[in-house]
Parts: sequence; structure tokens; C-alpha cells
Amino acid sequence: MSQADASIPRPLPQLEGFAKDFYGHCKRRELRFQRCGGCGAWRHVPREMCPECGSWSWEWARSSGRGRVFSWTVVARALHPAFQDACPYAPVVIEMEEGVRILSEVVDCAPDELEIDMPVEVVFTDVTEDVTLPRFRRVAS
Amino acid sequence: MTDVASIVGIGETAYMRKPGSGLSLLGLQLQAAVRAIEDAGLTPRQIDGIMPFPNLGYAEGFAANLGCENLRFQSIVWMGGAAPVASLRVAGAALRDGLADYVLIPAGWNGYSGARARQTVAQDVSSLPGGAIARDYYLPFGFTAPPQWYSVMARRHMHEFGTRAEQLGCIAVAMRKHAQLNPNAVMNGRPMTLEDYMASPMLADPYRFFDCCLETDGAAAVVVTTPERARDLGKKPVTLMGAASGQPHPADEITNRKDIFRTGLTLAAPEAFGRAGISPRDVDFAQIYDCFTFEVLQQLEEAGFCKRGEGGAFVEGGRIELGGELPVNTHGGLLSEAHVLGMNHIVEAVRQLRGEAGERQVADAEIGVVTGWGDFGDGSIAILRRG
Repeated sequence: MSQADASIPRPLPQLEGFAKDFYGHCKRRELRFQRCGGCGAWRHVPREMCPECGSWSWEWARSSGRGRVFSWTVVARALHPAFQDACPYAPVVIEMEEGVRILSEVVDCAPDELEIDMPVEVVFTDVTEDVTLPRFRRVAS
Repeated sequence: MTDVASIVGIGETAYMRKPGSGLSLLGLQLQAAVRAIEDAGLTPRQIDGIMPFPNLGYAEGFAANLGCENLRFQSIVWMGGAAPVASLRVAGAALRDGLADYVLIPAGWNGYSGARARQTVAQDVSSLPGGAIARDYYLPFGFTAPPQWYSVMARRHMHEFGTRAEQLGCIAVAMRKHAQLNPNAVMNGRPMTLEDYMASPMLADPYRFFDCCLETDGAAAVVVTTPERARDLGKKPVTLMGAASGQPHPADEITNRKDIFRTGLTLAAPEAFGRAGISPRDVDFAQIYDCFTFEVLQQLEEAGFCKRGEGGAFVEGGRIELGGELPVNTHGGLLSEAHVLGMNHIVEAVRQLRGEAGERQVADAEIGVVTGWGDFGDGSIAILRRG
């Protein structure tokens, strides 16, 4: 690929609205999801209201940070120019103890070592001065 | 059951990769539109409804070029690759209510020579399903493109039901075999074995290169009218017996579904078969939206051709090949004919039901199914009958 492609930066979340809050918590080393004030259901990605009970009341509740690998793909050939150099890499769907799933990655695990139901816990990576991404690492089962 | 509408005209351009169509996005689609209108025995002035594909055209541009001076209905169904089949259903409702008499549904793109999907994602987040959700929660982790999103579902299906790579390969091989009987298929003259499939490199594991659709230049179009008007036209009509569309929940985020295999088609298929008054057992062929192999398997399950979890066994042993119990994608599909956004699936279904499919004709084809799949699992289905 050309130098021009390699110069395209990794995409970042736009820190506005709910994403500003979600990633703001990550910057403080806290993984928080919305939890409904009406029925108690956890949800991710953030929403204006609870699709389970219709309540507009919610809080940013702190997650245990623990979950299990639900599924993943191994990207052998990047389909976004900023990820050319990262291949192979694995976007992983983690199912958290609270029941919500989050798309992330497992930092200390080669793609061919991933297993469904592998227990993981959150870690945080500062990718820029403003943005901290929640990632995961393996824990003993 | 009351018939919804009739397809009276079909048109296609040549399908190709190199050297590219040499036409603009609109020009390419106009070429297919002109052919569909001529095929119906109509003039552009009689086309009073146009339903373009989302993000690929505007009714005004089609009408201004074609000379549709009596345009009074236009609509776009925002369901990605599920749009063409969903548009048939919407057109049927519009026709029944008198919003239009003849509706043109075009689709096409320079998917090879124009901007490639993998390049536009870096520049235009609005082109992504989910929009800001994908931007804020997927892209930072490199989860950027359809084969990656859907392969997460495929892996889960493999885990829960024991579906194997060789079974996905049976789908790719069947499409490629059918393309050998289709002179307009980009993969005509390039046969592929299961061994070739297994040897193809990984793109987004479990998707290999040959699990993925082509990127091609080409356009296709159909003209739809009421069953009554269809009888007065010269062509053998093809009747829309039943059609429906549906969306997964949530439709804008693909990882947090309670049941990740419950997609739009799960909702749409029972409705469409109910409206048509038939069951999947009555179907002679199916043109299934094949952006990737697993989506064929998954749609065969959710449409009711087999039970959930049994799709892997269903596609084995030539069952989905011409001569098998349910020939699938007799033109070669998006995998081996061309990626014409599924409009080529509708055109092929009509051709089969007219008995004009040549070497690849399904003997005595009477009833066919076409599906669409788009975005994060939007679904649509049409059940078509000859006559």
C-alpha cells in the first residue's frame, strides 16, 4: 500500500454526547454502561431510553470489568487503510458479566489462541491525549 | 391470496471488472433502466414511479434523463442490499393504492472501477450502517467492514451448531458452477473446486477470500405494475405472490442482539409465505442474497428452507446446485456473477420464471424466491410465480 494510505490515522470515537461520557469514564479507568433506572437492565451501546421498559431514567453504572469471549473475527487483510500494519488482528465481541456485549480486543492473546467463553477483564489504553480505549486481557478461569 | 404486483420488464448491463464500465454511476443505471422499460414494451413517459437504491441515485436524475415527464411517485427503502426486494413490496403497495401505474426499480454501481468500499469507509462514516455507533464503538477497534461484522455471526454459528468451512465452501462452489452456464457472469470460464476454496487465503477468519462477493461494475433494473396491467402487455408476466421485509433488533448495532441469528428475514419470511399461501417446500429455486457464503446458509435457515442449525448439512451434496432439490443463485450470484446489489437476483428469478434462462434453466420452474440482505442484517423476501 502507498505511503498516503499508511498516513491515514486510526479512527477515533467522536467525543460528544453519550460517547463523550462513555470514553470519559474509560479515561478515568472505569468501564461504565448505562443501567436503566426503571427496570435495572444494563445496555450498550448507549441509548436515550430503555428499549425494555420505556424508562428515560438511567445511570452510568460501573461494570465489574469481567466478561467472556462471545465471538471474534481475525482480520488477515485490512479493509481500512489505517489497519494495514496491524494484520492479523482480532476484533472480539466480549459478553460482560452484566449481560451487555462490547466490541473490543484482547491485548495479550494471539488471534489463534482465542476461545469462545475465554474469561477476560478490562484494561485501558490511552491512544491519544483525549481518547482511552477499553481493551481486555486474559484472566485465569 | 391476492397477488401483489407483476414484474413486466427486466434489464441488465454487461457485468465486468477490468476495464470498467466507462459510464457514470447514473449512466450505468440508465442503461439497465432503458432495457427494462423496452423489455416491458413501455415508453419512459409511462413510467410514473421510480425507486432508486439508497445512496446510489435520485429519482429526479433518472426521470430527467429518461424523459419520465409524468413522474408522481418516488421512494427509497433504506435497507442496503435488502432494498431492491423490499422495493418490490413497496411498489406493490403503491400500485395498489394508485400512487403509480408503472414503477421502475434500478440499481447498480461501478463497484470495481469506482470508489471501492474499503476506501470510502475511511472518508465517509455516513456510508456505514449504524453511522455514529460504528464510528464510536467499532472503527477504533478495526471492526470496519461487512465481512468482519458478519463473520462474527458465522463463527458463533460454527460454535453453536458445528457448521464447517467445507460447508461454506459448498455454497461458493455451487455459485461458481452456475456461473459457468452464464455468459454474463464475471466468473464464467473460471471454475473453482472445493480444494481451491479451502486453499484461498483468509480475509476475515472464518471468511476466506472465496467466501466473499465480487466487486464489479454493472447495473440492473426491473419494471413493476399491477397484475391487471401486466396482462395487457406483451411479456409473459411474473407475479409477486407475497413479499415482506424486516429488521433485526437492534438494527443499528450488530453485537447486542439477544438472539444473534434473528435477522430481518426471520420476521419477513413467515409473513411473505403467509401472504403467498405457500410453504418453502413449494419453491422451485431460490436467489439468496450472497454477500458472503454464511449469509446464504443463514438465510436458508431463517427463510424456513431448513431448521436453524441445519443449514450446513442442507447446502451439502449438491442440494443447492442446478439439478438439486433447491437450486440457489442459478446465475452465479454476487459471489460469481456480479455484485449488482441483489437486483441481478430479481432479474434472474424473472428470467427463470419466463423460461428464458437457457442452459441454466430450472426445468418447469413455477415458483421462485428472492431474498435481500443489507446493513447489519436487514432482510427482505419476495415469492414470485410464473404467469
